[in-house]
Amino acid sequence: MDRIKTVVLPALVAAFPLTIPILAGFVLTGMTCGVFAVLLGLPWWVPSFMAVAIFAGSAEFLVASMLVGAYDPVSAFVTILIVNARHLFYGLSLLERFRRIGAKRFYVIYALCDETFSIEYASRPPQGVDDGWFMFWISLLNQFYWVLGCTLGALFGAVLPVQIEGISFAMTALFMVIFLDQWTREASHAVALAGFAASVAALAVFGADTFIVPALVLILVVAVAMRRWVEPACAATDLDGAEAISNGGAGAGDGTCSPCVRSHDVQDQVEARDEPSGTGSSTGAKGRSEEFARAASDPAYEEER
Amino acid sequence: MTLDQQIVTVLAAGAATILTRALPFLVFPASRPVPGLIRYLGRALPGAIFALLVVYCLREVNILAPSEVIPQVAGLATATALFLWRRDMLIAIFGSTAVYLILVNLVFVS
Repeated sequence: MDRIKTVVLPALVAAFPLTIPILAGFVLTGMTCGVFAVLLGLPWWVPSFMAVAIFAGSAEFLVASMLVGAYDPVSAFVTILIVNARHLFYGLSLLERFRRIGAKRFYVIYALCDETFSIEYASRPPQGVDDGWFMFWISLLNQFYWVLGCTLGALFGAVLPVQIEGISFAMTALFMVIFLDQWTREASHAVALAGFAASVAALAVFGADTFIVPALVLILVVAVAMRRWVEPACAATDLDGAEAISNGGAGAGDGTCSPCVRSHDVQDQVEARDEPSGTGSSTGAKGRSEEFARAASDPAYEEER
Repeated sequence: MTLDQQIVTVLAAGAATILTRALPFLVFPASRPVPGLIRYLGRALPGAIFALLVVYCLREVNILAPSEVIPQVAGLATATALFLWRRDMLIAIFGSTAVYLILVNLVFVS
């Protein structure tokens, strides 16, 4: 019992305030995801199940739309693997810290969504508070908000009287907005434009049912081939961001990494971080993500903190 | 899809997600340096991947049918304008979805 009082609860008290900006964003975006899935015709418990089994916003929208199509778990696996590939870079940034927290790391790694990562990366527990429990509570609180939002949305969607024609456009809009958010923060749009062209080309050649995996392969090949032109452009326009590994961002757990964040944008974002974020599913988390982008790009920055 | 098939699909997507989160801990013991190519891809790919996801959402639109194309274009234009104006994802998503729903259900009724 003493351990709970001296270790577990102080970590919860330290972690909770950091998750408040995520609370509003996750509940609202989670509700959108829940309503979306149920209006597609899926059972009411599917959004909650996905919130536990997947716990990655944009992936859950995508999987919900796959669940009403043809059965193809291999394609689902490959698609989600690539859509969530940005998570690889979160783990890389937390390797050492997670190694020190014992068995709790298994949960914290599983729950490492964009927003959770951005908080955990950018913050340290107060003196005397256990880092493992601190990160555990941040992860658990954030996942709780997301599960709550998805469940509320599903229950709300289930009592709506009619199926709404065209509700799937919410997913199109979500991805469009994440794309724009990415666009406004990258110094070179070359890979993004090439990705769009590659996607359209793959759609034209392979057709609507099977184009996504060929498109992903094509994008990977094109991105690697463009490296020698894109990377110097980034380095020239952005001294800080050239080394930024990634960052998180969008509300539903869709982090987006910027191929070179412009340093003044990063500054703006960091300064804007403490402003009230409106409905900001994303804005609250974004400040920290940008701060992370800066921290990752500038080792001295972290030491200053 | 049957119920079992839906559960398998969700679990496959969950396994893929966990793999992306756990792989660095399996591949890079201690402080083995991360290759430059991997770091470059982490920065360069997301824009392209979200462009692909937009195309994926539009894959079944018949580009020769104005009643399909116009609501999509109007919705995407609304999302773009709202996002650039307010910089708020939820406002952009709800606003553009509303425009799309109105067009599809009230204007271009088939």
